Amino acid sequence: MKKQFITGLMAFLFIACATAAPIETFKFDSRQHEQLFQKLSEGLRCLVCQNEAIAESNADLAKDLRRQVYNMIEQGKTEDQIKAYMVQRYGDYVLFRPPFKPLTWLLWLGPGLLFVLSMIFVLNIIRHKADKPEEDELSPAELERIKKLHTEKMTTSVDQETKHQ
Amino acid sequence: MSDTKPSIFRRFAPLIFFIILAALLGFGLTLNPRLVPSPLINKPVPKFTLPLLNQAGSFSDKDLKGHITLVNVWASWCFVCRQEHAEVKRLSRQGIRIIGFNYKDKAADAKAWLQRLGNPYRKVIVDRTGRVAIDWGVYGAPETFLVDRHGIIRYKVIGSLADPDNLKALLKKMKALK
Repeated sequence: MKKQFITGLMAFLFIACATAAPIETFKFDSRQHEQLFQKLSEGLRCLVCQNEAIAESNADLAKDLRRQVYNMIEQGKTEDQIKAYMVQRYGDYVLFRPPFKPLTWLLWLGPGLLFVLSMIFVLNIIRHKADKPEEDELSPAELERIKKLHTEKMTTSVDQETKHQ
Repeated sequence: MSDTKPSIFRRFAPLIFFIILAALLGFGLTLNPRLVPSPLINKPVPKFTLPLLNQAGSFSDKDLKGHITLVNVWASWCFVCRQEHAEVKRLSRQGIRIIGFNYKDKAADAKAWLQRLGNPYRKVIVDRTGRVAIDWGVYGAPETFLVDRHGIIRYKVIGSLADPDNLKALLKKMKALK
Protein backbone atom coordinates (compact mmCIF):
# COMPACT_ATOMS: atom_id res chain seq x y z
CA MET A 1 0.00 0.00 0.00
CA LYS A 2 2.70 2.43 1.09
CA LYS A 3 4.97 1.27 -1.69
CA GLN A 4 2.25 1.89 -4.25
CA PHE A 5 1.75 5.37 -2.93
CA ILE A 6 5.44 6.17 -3.23
CA THR A 7 5.66 4.84 -6.79
CA GLY A 8 2.56 6.88 -7.64
CA LEU A 9 4.04 9.99 -6.11
CA MET A 10 7.31 9.50 -7.94
CA ALA A 11 5.50 9.02 -11.23
CA PHE A 12 3.55 12.19 -10.57
CA LEU A 13 6.67 14.17 -9.74
CA PHE A 14 8.42 12.84 -12.80
CA ILE A 15 5.57 13.92 -15.05
CA ALA A 16 5.40 17.31 -13.35
CA CYS A 17 9.11 17.84 -14.00
CA ALA A 18 8.89 16.60 -17.54
CA THR A 19 6.16 19.07 -18.43
CA ALA A 20 7.88 21.99 -16.77
CA ALA A 21 10.37 22.56 -19.58
CA PRO A 22 9.01 23.38 -23.02
CA ILE A 23 9.38 20.50 -25.42
CA GLU A 24 10.09 21.32 -29.01
CA THR A 25 12.33 19.93 -31.67
CA PHE A 26 14.20 22.24 -33.92
CA LYS A 27 16.65 20.82 -36.42
CA PHE A 28 19.71 22.95 -36.88
CA ASP A 29 22.06 23.13 -39.84
CA SER A 30 25.06 23.21 -37.57
CA ARG A 31 26.21 23.03 -33.99
CA GLN A 32 26.97 26.76 -34.16
CA HIS A 33 23.38 27.56 -35.05
CA GLU A 34 22.14 25.48 -32.18
CA GLN A 35 24.44 27.27 -29.74
CA LEU A 36 23.33 30.65 -31.07
CA PHE A 37 19.72 29.60 -30.60
CA GLN A 38 20.41 28.61 -26.99
CA LYS A 39 22.18 31.88 -26.30
CA LEU A 40 19.50 34.06 -27.87
CA SER A 41 16.52 32.31 -26.36
CA GLU A 42 18.09 32.56 -22.91
CA GLY A 43 18.73 36.29 -23.34
CA LEU A 44 15.29 37.29 -24.61
CA ARG A 45 12.51 38.03 -22.16
CA CYS A 46 9.08 36.49 -22.50
CA LEU A 47 6.75 39.48 -22.29
CA VAL A 48 3.84 37.48 -20.94
CA CYS A 49 5.63 35.90 -17.99
CA GLN A 50 8.14 38.61 -17.51
CA ASN A 51 10.87 37.06 -15.44
CA GLU A 52 11.22 34.06 -17.69
CA ALA A 53 13.39 33.87 -20.76
CA ILE A 54 11.69 32.64 -23.90
CA ALA A 55 13.90 29.54 -23.59
CA GLU A 56 12.12 28.37 -20.44
CA SER A 57 8.62 29.75 -20.89
CA ASN A 58 5.59 27.75 -21.90
CA ALA A 59 3.60 30.81 -22.93
CA ASP A 60 2.26 30.83 -26.46
CA LEU A 61 4.10 34.00 -27.32
CA ALA A 62 7.40 32.47 -26.16
CA LYS A 63 6.81 29.57 -28.54
CA ASP A 64 6.18 31.96 -31.41
CA LEU A 65 9.29 33.98 -30.58
CA ARG A 66 11.42 30.83 -30.34
CA ARG A 67 10.19 29.77 -33.76
CA GLN A 68 10.96 33.23 -35.11
CA VAL A 69 14.48 33.13 -33.66
CA TYR A 70 14.97 29.67 -35.14
CA ASN A 71 13.79 30.76 -38.58
CA MET A 72 16.04 33.79 -38.57
CA ILE A 73 19.07 31.74 -37.54
CA GLU A 74 18.41 29.27 -40.35
CA GLN A 75 18.14 32.21 -42.74
CA GLY A 76 21.70 33.05 -41.71
CA LYS A 77 20.91 36.14 -39.62
CA THR A 78 23.52 37.15 -37.06
CA GLU A 79 23.01 37.48 -33.32
CA ASP A 80 22.95 41.29 -33.51
CA GLN A 81 20.44 41.28 -36.36
CA ILE A 82 18.06 39.05 -34.43
CA LYS A 83 18.39 41.12 -31.27
CA ALA A 84 17.77 44.32 -33.24
CA TYR A 85 14.70 42.71 -34.80
CA MET A 86 13.23 41.95 -31.38
CA VAL A 87 14.12 45.36 -29.93
CA GLN A 88 12.44 47.12 -32.87
CA ARG A 89 9.20 45.35 -32.03
CA TYR A 90 9.23 44.96 -28.28
CA GLY A 91 11.74 47.56 -27.08
CA ASP A 92 14.88 47.19 -24.96
CA TYR A 93 12.73 45.51 -22.35
CA VAL A 94 12.85 42.29 -24.35
CA LEU A 95 16.58 42.00 -23.61
CA PHE A 96 17.57 40.67 -20.21
CA ARG A 97 20.79 42.71 -20.50
CA PRO A 98 19.68 46.21 -21.45
CA PRO A 99 22.08 48.14 -23.73
CA PHE A 100 24.33 50.88 -22.37
CA LYS A 101 22.90 54.21 -23.56
CA PRO A 102 21.94 57.58 -22.01
CA LEU A 103 18.57 56.29 -20.84
CA THR A 104 20.16 53.37 -19.02
CA TRP A 105 23.28 55.08 -17.69
CA LEU A 106 21.79 55.36 -14.23
CA LEU A 107 20.76 51.70 -14.34
CA TRP A 108 24.27 50.52 -15.17
CA LEU A 109 26.31 53.06 -13.20
CA GLY A 110 23.92 53.58 -10.28
CA PRO A 111 25.19 50.75 -8.05
CA GLY A 112 28.85 51.79 -8.53
CA LEU A 113 27.95 55.42 -7.91
CA LEU A 114 26.07 54.50 -4.76
CA PHE A 115 29.06 52.47 -3.56
CA VAL A 116 31.51 55.32 -4.16
CA LEU A 117 29.22 57.84 -2.44
CA SER A 118 28.73 55.65 0.61
CA MET A 119 32.49 55.00 0.77
CA ILE A 120 33.14 58.76 0.79
CA PHE A 121 30.52 59.11 3.51
CA VAL A 122 32.04 56.38 5.66
CA LEU A 123 35.64 57.57 5.15
CA ASN A 124 34.54 61.08 6.07
CA ILE A 125 33.15 59.85 9.37
CA ILE A 126 36.26 57.82 10.12
CA ARG A 127 38.55 60.75 9.32
CA HIS A 128 36.54 63.12 11.52
CA LYS A 129 36.82 60.70 14.39
CA ALA A 130 40.60 60.38 13.94
CA ASP A 131 41.13 64.15 13.75
CA LYS A 132 39.13 65.04 16.79
CA PRO A 133 40.03 63.02 19.89
CA GLU A 134 36.97 61.76 21.71
CA GLU A 135 35.74 63.79 24.66
CA ASP A 136 36.50 61.05 27.16
CA GLU A 137 40.05 60.65 25.93
CA LEU A 138 42.50 62.45 28.19
CA SER A 139 45.27 64.79 27.21
CA PRO A 140 48.86 64.01 28.30
CA ALA A 141 48.65 66.85 30.90
CA GLU A 142 45.53 65.33 32.39
CA LEU A 143 47.10 61.89 32.51
CA GLU A 144 50.10 63.36 34.27
CA ARG A 145 47.84 64.94 36.84
CA ILE A 146 46.02 61.72 37.51
CA LYS A 147 49.27 59.88 38.01
CA LYS A 148 50.33 62.53 40.47
CA LEU A 149 47.08 62.38 42.39
CA HIS A 150 47.27 58.63 42.47
CA THR A 151 50.76 58.49 43.95
CA GLU A 152 49.84 61.22 46.43
CA LYS A 153 46.88 59.24 47.62
CA MET A 154 48.96 56.09 47.93
CA THR A 155 51.54 57.78 50.10
CA THR A 156 48.94 59.44 52.34
CA SER A 157 47.15 56.17 52.89
CA VAL A 158 50.41 54.44 53.74
CA ASP A 159 51.09 57.28 56.20
CA GLN A 160 47.74 56.79 57.80
CA GLU A 161 48.28 53.07 58.19
CA THR A 162 51.64 53.52 59.82
CA LYS A 163 50.14 56.11 62.18
CA HIS A 164 47.47 53.69 63.19
CA GLN A 165 49.89 51.07 64.39
CA MET B 1 33.63 76.84 9.66
CA SER B 2 31.35 76.43 12.60
CA ASP B 3 31.46 73.13 14.39
CA THR B 4 27.72 72.46 14.70
CA LYS B 5 26.70 72.74 11.03
CA PRO B 6 28.36 69.64 9.57
CA SER B 7 27.38 67.53 12.53
CA ILE B 8 23.68 68.39 12.03
CA PHE B 9 23.97 67.45 8.39
CA ARG B 10 25.69 64.23 9.29
CA ARG B 11 23.06 63.40 11.84
CA PHE B 12 20.27 63.81 9.29
CA ALA B 13 22.04 62.37 6.25
CA PRO B 14 20.75 58.82 6.79
CA LEU B 15 17.20 60.14 7.21
CA ILE B 16 17.44 62.24 4.04
CA PHE B 17 18.88 59.27 2.20
CA PHE B 18 16.04 57.07 3.47
CA ILE B 19 13.37 59.58 2.43
CA ILE B 20 14.80 59.87 -1.11
CA LEU B 21 15.01 56.09 -1.43
CA ALA B 22 11.47 55.62 -0.09
CA ALA B 23 10.12 58.22 -2.53
CA LEU B 24 11.82 56.48 -5.48
CA LEU B 25 10.60 53.04 -4.47
CA GLY B 26 7.13 54.42 -3.77
CA PHE B 27 7.03 55.88 -7.27
CA GLY B 28 8.11 52.50 -8.64
CA LEU B 29 5.12 50.86 -6.97
CA THR B 30 2.70 53.06 -8.91
CA LEU B 31 4.03 51.81 -12.26
CA ASN B 32 2.52 48.75 -13.89
CA PRO B 33 5.25 46.35 -15.03
CA ARG B 34 2.75 44.65 -17.35
CA LEU B 35 2.68 47.72 -19.58
CA VAL B 36 5.66 47.52 -21.87
CA PRO B 37 5.95 50.76 -23.85
CA SER B 38 5.86 50.05 -27.57
CA PRO B 39 8.80 51.24 -29.66
CA LEU B 40 6.42 51.35 -32.65
CA ILE B 41 4.63 54.51 -31.53
CA ASN B 42 5.06 57.23 -34.19
CA LYS B 43 6.41 54.67 -36.63
CA PRO B 44 4.65 53.42 -39.77
CA VAL B 45 2.66 50.21 -39.41
CA PRO B 46 4.76 47.18 -40.33
CA LYS B 47 4.35 45.80 -43.84
CA PHE B 48 1.95 42.89 -43.97
CA THR B 49 -0.70 41.16 -46.07
CA LEU B 50 -3.26 38.97 -44.35
CA PRO B 51 -6.46 37.19 -45.36
CA LEU B 52 -9.89 38.36 -44.19
CA LEU B 53 -12.22 36.43 -41.94
CA ASN B 54 -15.65 36.71 -43.46
CA GLN B 55 -14.82 37.44 -47.06
CA ALA B 56 -12.39 36.69 -49.85
CA GLY B 57 -9.42 38.91 -50.56
CA SER B 58 -6.70 40.25 -48.37
CA PHE B 59 -5.79 43.29 -46.33
CA SER B 60 -2.44 45.00 -46.23
CA ASP B 61 -0.74 47.90 -44.48
CA LYS B 62 -1.63 50.11 -47.49
CA ASP B 63 -5.34 49.65 -46.71
CA LEU B 64 -4.79 51.45 -43.42
CA LYS B 65 -3.89 54.70 -45.17
CA GLY B 66 -6.42 57.47 -45.70
CA HIS B 67 -8.44 56.91 -42.52
CA ILE B 68 -8.00 57.16 -38.81
CA THR B 69 -8.34 53.56 -37.72
CA LEU B 70 -8.35 51.50 -34.57
CA VAL B 71 -6.79 48.08 -34.98
CA ASN B 72 -8.22 45.90 -32.25
CA VAL B 73 -6.31 42.68 -31.53
CA TRP B 74 -8.73 40.03 -30.27
CA ALA B 75 -9.35 36.29 -30.13
CA SER B 76 -12.28 34.08 -29.21
CA TRP B 77 -10.17 32.46 -26.46
CA CYS B 78 -9.45 35.84 -24.92
CA PHE B 79 -11.57 36.55 -21.87
CA VAL B 80 -10.83 40.25 -21.60
CA CYS B 81 -11.72 40.71 -25.29
CA ARG B 82 -15.23 39.58 -24.44
CA GLN B 83 -15.35 42.03 -21.56
CA GLU B 84 -14.32 44.97 -23.73
CA HIS B 85 -16.50 43.95 -26.66
CA ALA B 86 -19.47 46.12 -25.68
CA GLU B 87 -17.16 49.14 -25.64
CA VAL B 88 -15.74 48.24 -29.07
CA LYS B 89 -19.31 48.07 -30.38
CA ARG B 90 -20.14 51.44 -28.84
CA LEU B 91 -17.09 53.05 -30.48
CA SER B 92 -18.04 51.48 -33.81
CA ARG B 93 -21.58 52.89 -33.55
CA GLN B 94 -20.03 56.32 -33.08
CA GLY B 95 -18.59 55.93 -36.55
CA ILE B 96 -15.03 55.09 -35.63
CA ARG B 97 -13.40 52.78 -38.18
CA ILE B 98 -12.30 49.66 -36.36
CA ILE B 99 -10.41 46.80 -37.96
CA GLY B 100 -10.39 43.52 -36.06
CA PHE B 101 -7.10 41.68 -35.85
CA ASN B 102 -7.98 38.07 -35.10
CA TYR B 103 -4.96 36.74 -33.24
CA LYS B 104 -3.99 33.04 -33.18
CA ASP B 105 -7.55 31.83 -33.38
CA LYS B 106 -9.53 29.16 -35.21
CA ALA B 107 -11.63 30.63 -38.03
CA ALA B 108 -14.76 28.73 -36.97
CA ASP B 109 -14.41 29.88 -33.34
CA ALA B 110 -13.83 33.47 -34.41
CA LYS B 111 -16.87 33.49 -36.70
CA ALA B 112 -19.10 31.96 -34.04
CA TRP B 113 -17.86 34.49 -31.47
CA LEU B 114 -18.74 37.44 -33.72
CA GLN B 115 -22.11 35.95 -34.58
CA ARG B 116 -22.98 35.53 -30.93
CA LEU B 117 -21.65 38.85 -29.60
CA GLY B 118 -22.04 41.09 -32.64
CA ASN B 119 -19.52 42.29 -35.18
CA PRO B 120 -18.35 45.88 -34.77
CA TYR B 121 -15.47 45.53 -37.22
CA ARG B 122 -15.27 47.09 -40.67
CA LYS B 123 -13.08 44.14 -41.59
CA VAL B 124 -11.46 41.32 -39.68
CA ILE B 125 -7.94 40.30 -40.65
CA VAL B 126 -6.70 36.88 -39.67
CA ASP B 127 -3.28 36.12 -38.25
CA ARG B 128 -3.53 32.41 -37.63
CA THR B 129 0.10 31.84 -36.63
CA GLY B 130 0.82 35.10 -34.86
CA ARG B 131 3.70 35.85 -37.22
CA VAL B 132 2.45 39.33 -38.25
CA ALA B 133 1.50 40.04 -34.62
CA ILE B 134 5.20 39.78 -33.73
CA ASP B 135 5.91 42.57 -36.23
CA TRP B 136 3.29 44.69 -34.50
CA GLY B 137 4.91 43.95 -31.14
CA VAL B 138 1.75 42.26 -29.89
CA TYR B 139 2.30 40.21 -26.75
CA GLY B 140 -1.25 39.45 -25.71
CA ALA B 141 -4.87 40.22 -26.37
CA PRO B 142 -6.60 42.59 -26.27
CA GLU B 143 -4.41 45.32 -27.62
CA THR B 144 -5.63 48.30 -29.62
CA PHE B 145 -3.54 50.40 -31.98
CA LEU B 146 -4.47 53.89 -33.11
CA VAL B 147 -3.32 54.42 -36.71
CA ASP B 148 -3.49 57.85 -38.33
CA ARG B 149 -4.32 58.79 -41.94
CA HIS B 150 -0.73 58.31 -43.05
CA GLY B 151 -0.56 54.79 -41.68
CA ILE B 152 1.49 55.79 -38.65
CA ILE B 153 0.88 54.17 -35.28
CA ARG B 154 0.06 56.94 -32.82
CA TYR B 155 -0.94 55.10 -29.68
CA LYS B 156 -1.38 51.64 -28.27
CA VAL B 157 -3.75 50.45 -25.55
CA ILE B 158 -2.59 47.31 -23.78
CA GLY B 159 -5.54 45.64 -22.13
CA SER B 160 -9.24 46.35 -21.97
CA LEU B 161 -10.96 49.33 -23.62
CA ALA B 162 -13.66 48.92 -20.99
CA ASP B 163 -11.13 50.30 -18.50
CA PRO B 164 -12.08 54.01 -18.22
CA ASP B 165 -8.44 55.15 -17.95
CA ASN B 166 -7.44 53.28 -21.10
CA LEU B 167 -10.44 54.58 -23.02
CA LYS B 168 -9.93 58.16 -21.91
CA ALA B 169 -6.27 58.13 -22.96
CA LEU B 170 -7.16 56.62 -26.34
CA LEU B 171 -9.95 59.11 -27.07
CA LYS B 172 -7.69 61.99 -26.12
CA LYS B 173 -5.06 60.82 -28.60
CA MET B 174 -7.76 60.38 -31.27
CA LYS B 175 -9.09 63.87 -30.73
CA ALA B 176 -5.60 65.28 -31.20
CA LEU B 177 -5.45 63.66 -34.65
CA LYS B 178 -8.63 65.27 -35.93
